[in-house]
Amino acid sequence: MEIRPEILIIVIASALVTAGPRVIPLILLSRIELPAWLREWLGAVPVAILAALLATELLTSGGRLLPLAGNPALLAILPVMAIAYGTRSLLGAVAAGVLTIALLRNFAA
Amino acid sequence: MSDSGSQQNGQAVVALGQGARVAVPIVLGYLSIGFAAGVVQRTSGLSVAEVMLMSLLLYAGSAQFVVASLIVAAAPGPLPVAAVVGTVFLVNLRHLLLSAALAPYFSRVAAWKNGLLGLQLTDETFVVAWAELLRGRVPDEGRAAWMAGLNLSAYLSWAAANLAGALASGYVGDTRALGFDFALPAMFGALLMMQLSAQRGSGERDPAPTAGNGRAAALIVAPVAALLAVVIALVLPGQWNIIIATLVAASVALVFGRSWKSARKS
Repeated sequence: MEIRPEILIIVIASALVTAGPRVIPLILLSRIELPAWLREWLGAVPVAILAALLATELLTSGGRLLPLAGNPALLAILPVMAIAYGTRSLLGAVAAGVLTIALLRNFAA
Repeated sequence: MSDSGSQQNGQAVVALGQGARVAVPIVLGYLSIGFAAGVVQRTSGLSVAEVMLMSLLLYAGSAQFVVASLIVAAAPGPLPVAAVVGTVFLVNLRHLLLSAALAPYFSRVAAWKNGLLGLQLTDETFVVAWAELLRGRVPDEGRAAWMAGLNLSAYLSWAAANLAGALASGYVGDTRALGFDFALPAMFGALLMMQLSAQRGSGERDPAPTAGNGRAAALIVAPVAALLAVVIALVLPGQWNIIIATLVAASVALVFGRSWKSARKS
């Protein structure tokens, strides 16, 4: 149960450089009126980040392209997206995805 | 005076609970990913205390994986402190965008509260908060408490899962068979579709509307960001792909949305 001094330095410095980008915009940008183009640009950010994270998760692993065939995640995401679009139930969609991938991993191929 | 004070406290407690309730899908995902992260960090040579230090102070899944892998890569030589911290900074730089996108919704919250809320910002808490705000389901009163409920649920489940994983490291079998690790990509996919189906109009005043005010722009942003993220992931090491893909796709959407609007006006 020991903490090495180098690790302590790494963690504290990493925590500080992580806290800056997390905290500073919320404190500063909530006080000033942003120009319309910047608000439009920021408004597009969530969809872009979601799509980027999703595609990276589904299609790559460690900087390599995953095969399209035999990739159960690509199948399991379909009911998730259909249920989310139709019902707007996040929990229902996620549960359906977990169930689908568990079935595919245990019983398919 | 004390009456209105206790009434406000009551509202805050209710809002805290509502925030915790919308965090349920995140908690499920964090419990499984966090467990895996605890195992990975422990097997990369960190002590249980070091894993928990990182979990509680850094609180960033991908960055914790990065730190663990860089420590492994450096062994048995000296730890590359500057390189690790620099990489963590780059990996977590995307939080700038998330924090900036939330800011207009928290303009009535005290600055110090915004600071505390921002400390626990993650990809997952952001997308859930954003979806709820956009759908007008977060009242102005108690907004900070609502976000704190969401944040703390995610934070505590992450820390608990990290601890469990670190302690269980060496005893675990195959947790993938249960499929819980799929909860996070599933959440990204579901929230993306909910964004697209919510663009038609929302009750809340919308200080940060999607570029072009609609699904037309969102339908361009999503594929551009996805394609770029994958291509960049294949050619650039590290986690640059998310931030570059996001910057480019949002800019494309802005240009497209503006020219589309001016074309319709003329």
